[in-house]
Amino acid sequence: MRVVALGATRGMGRALSRLMAERGDLLFLLGRDPKELDKASRDLEIRAGSGLRFGSAHCDLEQPDGFAAALDQAVATLGGLDCVIVSAGVFASQTELEEDPAVARRMLEVNFARTVEFCEHVRRRLLAAGGGRLCVFSSVAGERGRKPVVLYGAAKAGLSCYLEGLDHKFRRLGLVTVCVKPGFVKTGMTAGLEPPPFAGEPKPVARRILRAIDRGTPVVYVPGIWRWIMLVIRHLPRFLMRRLGF
Amino acid sequence: METSGETLQGWGGTRAAGVEIRSEDLAAITRGAVLTRGLGRSYGDSSLPPPGTHSLPGSALADRILSFDTNSGALRAEAGLSIGEIQRLFLPRKWTFPVLPGTQYVTLGGAVAADIHGKNHHVDGTIGRHVGALLLRVADDSVVRCSRQENYDLFQATLGGMGLTGHILEVEVALKRIPSPWIWRESERISGIDAFIEALAQAARDWPYTVGWMDALAQGASLGRGILIRGRWAEASEAPKKPPRSRPRLQVPFALPGWALNSLSMRAFNTLYFHRHPKHPKRGIVHPESFFHPLDVVRRWNLIYGKRGFTQHQCVLPEKDRPGAAKRYLESLTAGGLGSFLCVIKDCGPEGEGLLSFPRSGISIAVDLPIRARTQETVNELNERVLEAGGRIYLAKDSLSTPEHFRAMEHRLEKFEVVRRRWDPERRLKSAQSVRLLGDSA
Repeated sequence: MRVVALGATRGMGRALSRLMAERGDLLFLLGRDPKELDKASRDLEIRAGSGLRFGSAHCDLEQPDGFAAALDQAVATLGGLDCVIVSAGVFASQTELEEDPAVARRMLEVNFARTVEFCEHVRRRLLAAGGGRLCVFSSVAGERGRKPVVLYGAAKAGLSCYLEGLDHKFRRLGLVTVCVKPGFVKTGMTAGLEPPPFAGEPKPVARRILRAIDRGTPVVYVPGIWRWIMLVIRHLPRFLMRRLGF
Repeated sequence: METSGETLQGWGGTRAAGVEIRSEDLAAITRGAVLTRGLGRSYGDSSLPPPGTHSLPGSALADRILSFDTNSGALRAEAGLSIGEIQRLFLPRKWTFPVLPGTQYVTLGGAVAADIHGKNHHVDGTIGRHVGALLLRVADDSVVRCSRQENYDLFQATLGGMGLTGHILEVEVALKRIPSPWIWRESERISGIDAFIEALAQAARDWPYTVGWMDALAQGASLGRGILIRGRWAEASEAPKKPPRSRPRLQVPFALPGWALNSLSMRAFNTLYFHRHPKHPKRGIVHPESFFHPLDVVRRWNLIYGKRGFTQHQCVLPEKDRPGAAKRYLESLTAGGLGSFLCVIKDCGPEGEGLLSFPRSGISIAVDLPIRARTQETVNELNERVLEAGGRIYLAKDSLSTPEHFRAMEHRLEKFEVVRRRWDPERRLKSAQSVRLLGDSA
């Protein structure tokens, strides 16, 4: 596959891009920091071991004016496009988000509006090419309004909803959307937070996501057990949710 | 043992209050920190925070490969990259990590900090010999490169320095060319400790990898009986065409009750293991992982020791200077009555460059001891034998040695402390182990 990855320098995106590079996929990385992008591409090239070079370009979710150019450059370098992975995003605790409106605005913009805007650019390109796969990282936080993730969850709920609509509307035209809903995964993003039971590691989580991309599974929970946890949480009555701490 | 809640543990189950903070950005999280933790496979308290320190940076997510020279095998990577990952990626390309310890779950940083050795110590030395350069965050928070050309004192002290000289951020190491990713292995029964030492010496002449498993519970004439294992990388012509696949893992589901591993079950296992091996030598092609890291096939095998855990006593005894030292060590072990489930013997080559590096020429013995009321006493007794023989112990395994014993064994300590004083005059870098053994303030 010819893959464009936004956010592959760290966390689950890094683990996923490594799996893809090792099995022979051709990658092009998008991200904010040129140094990090460079290191990530070298790492992937050495792991792939095939002598292929992986290009990269600057793309920042906070600068939507650059989306088109970055994607154009990626498509030109790859000689086409089969799959786009969006694992970039920002994270902040509910306390931080409540205390600083600027932090909240940035989180809402990046995780919802800008991510959707980026996906719209991808949608046009993939549909024009006759189809392809779009894999976007949302979160279990978007499943239900919950005390520790009021704002973060709201942005992710919007994103999940958009991805579902996209999938319903365009799957028959060849655009396959995969919405990833991670529970707690031990990456740099969650460093310092106490891992709850059923916390996952990036590597096995990435294997599960890759299977979902290959099969075209519209929604994938990682680790898998979160599918059942969220099933319960979605059905809890409001009076109970109000009392619970999570 | 799982690291849970607000407690960190060594592999043997030694505990300390604290949390580990992992991030892809190791340079950022090591700023101002006292110690970096790798995969937590050191048995004792080397990777645990000193009292009063709550959180330690963890390197495991900082695992990018920065460069690889396909001609020379020179690999540069971030310190959190594990040996297992290197083997997984490079064995099929006919490169191997030059020194393989008993487990593959060791980071590059951890490998350098403990200056690890393997079954090829008698020919290839410790990992230090294959390390070209290191990038360290030192005590004043600056980032320093050290090698044989620059800051050599820091380089030397960091090899085997247990992370006390600085946070290892990047490692340059030379991988080794191999003819195939498979191993030709031979094994044979050995009747006792004297025969073992002789057989190891003989095997060392022709074989790059040698090690012995010993039945540490056999006594009398059978004292030190066991199985000698020797191996080499298989030639392409004798190896299977396909590279070895990753093996399925078993898992110990929970900490076994304390009584599960008693002297009877340990004796039964050891006797069975010895007699299962045919009387004649066995030879053939084996999976590299089963040869180098046999215990890795069982995840969390440390839980068989129950909640109280275990310690390992590993020492090297200069048998040439003091013939019979290994025998006296084993006699003290059996006299202690604690028993050891697992006992490994290996002959070491000459000492390397690391100022506190463990191996030196002699016979190395490692015994696993369950934590019981008399474990401390047994360790003290064993350390007396080590001291008499002019040997030393391996810090990566230790949790119970007294500072008095350690100092008496370690004549090189002053040299190490000189370098430490130069780079860290306020002794900001420390661990639970350095507080216990080197007198660092908590």
